[in-house]
Parts: sequence; structure tokens; C-alpha cells
Amino acid sequence: MALIRDLLVQSAEMILVLALSPFVTGLIRKVKARLVRRVGPPLIQPYRELVRLLRKEVVLADNASWLFRAAPYLVFATTWVAAALVPTFAVGLLFSWSADLIAIVALLGSARFFLALAGMDVGTSFGGIGASREVMIASLAEPAMIMIIFSLALLAGSTQLSTIAAYMLSPHVGLRVTLAMALVALIMVGIAENARIPVDNPATHLELTMVHEAMVLEYSGRHLALIELSAALKLLLYLSLIACVFVPWGLAPPGATWSAYTLGAASYVAKLTAGAAALAVFETAIAKMRVFRVPSFLGAALMLGLLGTLFLFVSRGGL
Amino acid sequence: MIGFDFDVAHLLAGGLVLVSFLLLYQDRLSALLNIFALQAFVLSLAVAWQAYVQDAPHLYVTAAIALLFKAIAIPVALHRMIVRLGIHREIETVAGIGLTMLAGVGLVALSLVVLLHATAAENALAREDIAFALSVLLLGLLIMVTRRNAVSQVVGFMSMENGLVLAATGAKGMPLVVEFSVAFSILIAFIVIGIFLFRIRERFDTVDIEALDRARGGNR
Repeated sequence: MALIRDLLVQSAEMILVLALSPFVTGLIRKVKARLVRRVGPPLIQPYRELVRLLRKEVVLADNASWLFRAAPYLVFATTWVAAALVPTFAVGLLFSWSADLIAIVALLGSARFFLALAGMDVGTSFGGIGASREVMIASLAEPAMIMIIFSLALLAGSTQLSTIAAYMLSPHVGLRVTLAMALVALIMVGIAENARIPVDNPATHLELTMVHEAMVLEYSGRHLALIELSAALKLLLYLSLIACVFVPWGLAPPGATWSAYTLGAASYVAKLTAGAAALAVFETAIAKMRVFRVPSFLGAALMLGLLGTLFLFVSRGGL
Repeated sequence: MIGFDFDVAHLLAGGLVLVSFLLLYQDRLSALLNIFALQAFVLSLAVAWQAYVQDAPHLYVTAAIALLFKAIAIPVALHRMIVRLGIHREIETVAGIGLTMLAGVGLVALSLVVLLHATAAENALAREDIAFALSVLLLGLLIMVTRRNAVSQVVGFMSMENGLVLAATGAKGMPLVVEFSVAFSILIAFIVIGIFLFRIRERFDTVDIEALDRARGGNR
């Protein structure tokens, strides 16, 4: 009986992230449009787009290999698993033994690997540009992410997200400069990984500046739907990662009652809304940077992670 | 050892190191001066917190000096100076921000390793204050090494002095006389440097240090 209940909760979480991710994307678009005094598309517009894309036929390039056709499914599957591993409304779910930060980074990394391969597969120049830029960004963002994970793991004594969230809720966290640095660095990495504005513009098809869009330019139909959905899932993943690690209030403990789960879900939606609104304000306020400035942006994130780890040693009082 | 006092002191001193990194990262002159003011402000907060923790009223005077002179007077004067020199919109060509940042992280790691080993017997608060102070000092030195503009070299010099003040407050028992004389010598140095800046500018039409190298017959 307990196993069935755990399975139910876990599958509820998987469905929840899948169902909420287009909503987050739509919310960001809506807030951004309202900030510049436009009406903006309705909140369900991303769902409609997905349905429309799923109905359309797939147009494949003549020289597309099996990899090109398989990549969307691989990308979607790995991203979905990674997003479902992050505790959203409850900790200690059935799969939480595998909800390890390093595992999540590895899943996202393999998704990116397949997408970059698919971008180069057809042999158009845009795909190549997009893939090489994406890999350049990733090669800088991943070390920064690993440094953030190191400092969190040193603090909490584990890389498991449930344990970290429990540690953050416990009273002996204290006021730590390391945590502030890790938060800023995680936000910077998240912005770069999700191709948000200072690094890449998600709404443009302007050739010279795009990174993510250039890679997926050749996709159409249900393949494109899957790729768009996994991009939305990835954004949701980073938002819930930040929410889970830095604002873990409201997370339901393992084996909680249904009302605790409902409360957790409500607080999760509230956190997502706040995060999406903040992201939209941030994106409206600043301009996109040149591609060649991205390394120094991500270098700053890496440096913050490194410094955070160093400071942790000082506060422990020994090396 | 892990208490609220320690956490706040850690936060403020760590914030000071972080602001030093911002100084290292920033390549626009007027933004650089704003960050320098921020650094002095954080320094005065850190010193005031030390005064409260150590129950040492004379440190409040140090904090007030940091706030008045270094967070307000000197940045305002420098702002005026760069406007008069006509370089307030200038963007400096720093050789490779990424490399500079890495060197900075290396310096911080070095100072932490050295000082945490050297002062193992002291109490935690003084140890980490001195470790962070040495980091701020070395970062100031790095700013002076990597910048070519005379004004940002001045900023690097001043931020080195901020590190010194942090070290002095961490080590208990710096007399007030020393404090005053350091503050005044900084002011005098500032005035002398200011005069020199205008002199350099008169003679070479620039405040770029490279021009001095060329005039000296340097090998570039």
C-alpha cells in the first residue's frame, strides 16, 4: 500500500513538472509583454503551440541521419527525468535516492550533447554555429555548476537534493556568504544554460546572435514540439532547483499527509510564479551581451563558485 | 565558534573580498569609483561590527573615518577629477579579465592557506579577519598591476589600504593614534596623487601609464 502511494506521488510529480513547464514559459512571455505595455499572448499559448506542432507533419532534410530523428526523443527523455528528480513539492519521494545534483548535471549534459550532435547532423552552417556556441557556453557553465555543487555539498554533507533541502531548513545554517555566492552563481549559470537574455535571446531568429534557436532550426512538427517542451522543462528545472535549495519552505516531508502535499504544491506554484516574474523583469531591464562577452560572464560565475568554496574552508576554520 | 557574531563578521569580511573582485572585474572608470565607495562602505560596516563584538569604542571612530573619508569624500573627489580630466566615459583595456580573475582567486587561496596555517593558535574571528584582509590587500595590488590608467591605480592603492584597516581591526589593540595617522597619510597621499595626475596629464596629454614608459625609453 505504501509503495503504491509513493508511486502515485512520484508520478504526480512527473506529470506536474510536465504540465507546468509551458505555463512558466507563457507566464514569462506575458509578464515581459505587459512590462512593455503590450497585451501579450494568453497564458495557454505555449500549450496551443505544442498541440499545433504535434499535429503537423515532420519535414526532414534529405541527408538527415537516424541521429537527427532520435535526438528529440533522447533530449526530451533525459530532460524530463532530470526535471522530475528535483524535489518540487515534497522531499523524500520514491526516486529521491537518485536525485543527486551530479546526476542531474550529467543528465542535462547528455541532453545537450545529443542536441549539439543533431545540430551538426544536417550540415547547415547555422546548425554548426549554434552547436559550437552551445558547447562553448556549456564548457564554461558546467565547471561553474560543479563548483556550486561542491560548496553546497561541503555545507550539507551530501549532494542529494533532499538532504540539502533538509539542511537548509534546519536552524544551524547561519548567515553565510558562501550561500549568497552560490545563489548568484546558480542564477548566472541558469541564465546561460536556458539561453535567456543576456546570453541568448529565446524569442529571436536573428542569425548572428542566436545560439539555441540556431541549433534547432532544421526541426519541425513533433520533433520541434518535443524540443520546445524540453527547453521549457529545463527552465522549470532551474527554477525549481533554486527554489528547492534556497527557499525550501513549504516542501512536504517524506510520508506526509495529502494536505501537506497540497500545501507543498501551492507553495511550489507560488515560488515558480515569483521566479518567472523576477526573470521577466530582469530580462526586460537589461540588454543582450555580445557572444564573446559570455565567457567573462560565466567566468564570473565560476569565480563566485570557487570563492564560495574557499570561504567555506575559512568558516570551518581549517584547511 | 559558529555563532551569530562570527557569522556576521564572516559575511561582512567575505563581502569585502567579493567587492574587491568586483573592482577587479569592472573596466569603466566611473563604475569603478562607485564600487570603490561601496567597498569603503562595507569596510566601515565590518569595522563597526568588530567594534561591537570586541566592545572597543575606538573602533567606531575607525568606522566613521572609513565612512566619511573613503566612502564619501575620496570617491566624490575622484569623480570630479575624472570629469575634469575628461576620462569619465573611458573604458579601460584590461588584458584578459578571465585571467585576471583566475589570478585573483589564486591569490585569495594563497592568502587563506598561508594565514590559516600560520595563525592556528589564534581565535577564529581574528584568524579569518586577517586572512580576508590579506586577500583584499593582494587583490588591491593585483588591480594596480593590471591597470594602465593612473586613476584606477589610485583606486587599487586605496583598496589595499582598506585591507590594511581590516587587518588592523581584526588584531586587537591598534591604538587610535596610529589609526588617525594612517587616515591622514592616506588623505595626503590622495592629494599628492591628485596633483601628480594633473601634472602627468599636462605633460603627456594622457593618464595612461604606458606613455610614461615610452617617455622613459621603455622597450615598447
